[in-house]
Amino acid sequence: MIEAKLNTNKERDCEIASFKNVNLKLSSGNILKNFDIAYKTFGKLNIDKSNAILICHALTGDQYVTGLNPITGKDGWWSRMVGPNKPIDTNKFFVICSNVLGGCAGSTGPKELDPIDKKIYGGNFPSVTIKDMVKAQVYLIDALKINKLFSVVGGSMGAMQALQWSIDYPDRIETIIHIAGALKHSAQNIAFHEVGRQAIMNDPLWHKGNYILKGSIPERGLSVARMIAHITYLSENAMHRKFGRKLQSRDIISFGFDADFQIESYLRYQGRSFVERFDANSYLYLTRAMDYFDHADSYKKSIKFSQNPNNHIRYLIVSFTSDWLFPTFENKIIVETLNYLSKKVSFLEIETDKGHDSFLLNEPDLDFVTRGFLEANL
Amino acid sequence: MNKVKSIRKDWDLIESFIDNKKRILDVGCGEGDLIEQLQKNLNAKTHGIEMNGEMTQKAIAKGLNVIQGDAENDLGQYSNQSFDYVILSQTLQAMMKPKQILTELLRIGSKAIVSFPNFGHWKIRLQLLLSGKMPVTESLPFAWYDTPNIHFFTIKDFQNLCEEMNIVIEKSIGLTSKGKQFPIKDNFSFANVFTHEAIFLLSYQNFEPIKIKTSNKVFVKNSAIVS
Repeated sequence: MIEAKLNTNKERDCEIASFKNVNLKLSSGNILKNFDIAYKTFGKLNIDKSNAILICHALTGDQYVTGLNPITGKDGWWSRMVGPNKPIDTNKFFVICSNVLGGCAGSTGPKELDPIDKKIYGGNFPSVTIKDMVKAQVYLIDALKINKLFSVVGGSMGAMQALQWSIDYPDRIETIIHIAGALKHSAQNIAFHEVGRQAIMNDPLWHKGNYILKGSIPERGLSVARMIAHITYLSENAMHRKFGRKLQSRDIISFGFDADFQIESYLRYQGRSFVERFDANSYLYLTRAMDYFDHADSYKKSIKFSQNPNNHIRYLIVSFTSDWLFPTFENKIIVETLNYLSKKVSFLEIETDKGHDSFLLNEPDLDFVTRGFLEANL
Repeated sequence: MNKVKSIRKDWDLIESFIDNKKRILDVGCGEGDLIEQLQKNLNAKTHGIEMNGEMTQKAIAKGLNVIQGDAENDLGQYSNQSFDYVILSQTLQAMMKPKQILTELLRIGSKAIVSFPNFGHWKIRLQLLLSGKMPVTESLPFAWYDTPNIHFFTIKDFQNLCEEMNIVIEKSIGLTSKGKQFPIKDNFSFANVFTHEAIFLLSYQNFEPIKIKTSNKVFVKNSAIVS
């Protein structure tokens, strides 16, 4: 087994697992000699180590799934779902949440120092894929001396990781909860990501990814990328319900280009606050990782001819009616494939107008089915 | 109240049709109570489909494998003969294409269990005859304009359809409105008048595998011996 150093990082209020001389081979062929994974755990691992749940975060998430996030000073991104007596109950489960490889909250990524030449990776960071992220998570689970995860849970990019776990390491999981994901990133989704990336790369402060060395931050590009992406996380109905054509702090339109409308002001705020907590290069790398995700043609074969047993896995697939980024039909393809192969799959489509972001928001149906599925199968 | 009781009766009968440790798909499984019962009592490996989201959630929260979907659109995903039994309880009369559904049930499962309210029951006949209006009864409690039951049929109709489709009726049991059960025999008219609710166990022609032994090999051949 590979030796890992597990250290507490007080400043970041999380744990860091450091893997040295492991030569992690990435899908691109590049090799990371050393890498770090920042993570947090909640609850207690039971004696037979059968209650561990890995939660995989989405594109802009981090290891601070619940409790206080020291970067934002706010509650963790899924604190309504995870915690004592919450749907993923940390009185019952040992919850692990790690920052993905390529992320910017302490795991090895473009913002960190390349341990070999002691320079910040920046634009020289190798391309990472969802498969690579999961591979790195397996190192972490090994380091925590857990043989089998009770569940891998994630929404959006987190769902992609959960699916990847069930393909690559089926013998190391009991269940997955896959929320609002797909077998592949669609052309439309790639298109939106590309606009976001172009916004960043066209910001003169980006400096081909080496902005930290130059002492600058491509804030404008990153905030525009976030504004575009944020639109895709909502739905037309939700946007209309929340903002309509309401004006922001004014009674009449300005006949100019100020944020006349509340929706404009909201998006500007989303963009502005995002740049305070997220790294522009990480955004490029992680959106690319999602774009490269594609099991559309291979999934059936991967599951059917898996080298490791996968018949025991129980799958819960959840989608949302108003999610147009990862729509129900994309989620259903996974369900249909699993049913075709007689696997143990459950599927629920939750009726809501809140769009793709529903999995992060107040959706009692999601809470109920998540809790029920986990606790009934424990 | 009466209805719940009769549904339970229906379930016990369904259970009596099924052997131990079989793979079962319940189409329209509600909150999954029937498959839960079959899992407990028969060690069955069960799956369910339910159209209603709230019911699907409750079934999933029981630890059952249940997907939200409906019989008309979502049966295609299951592979041929991937279940021992496929159950369709009290739903066939609400299907757009009942004949197609029957074909699907027996494509997916080697046997199908189908239950339905009998439109040939004497009360229904009498209502139509005397009042000249579409009957409304305990088992078919809807007015004609808002009923989900769009294809009414009697036991006799169903038997004829099975014959036309070369489906073998392995067992058929009728329940009276008081819950009394009796086997439905060829004695058409009696059963068709008194059966409130009918339960059929269906399959295609049964082939019994016979083992052929030669000096060094044993192989199994599906021969056309009808059981």
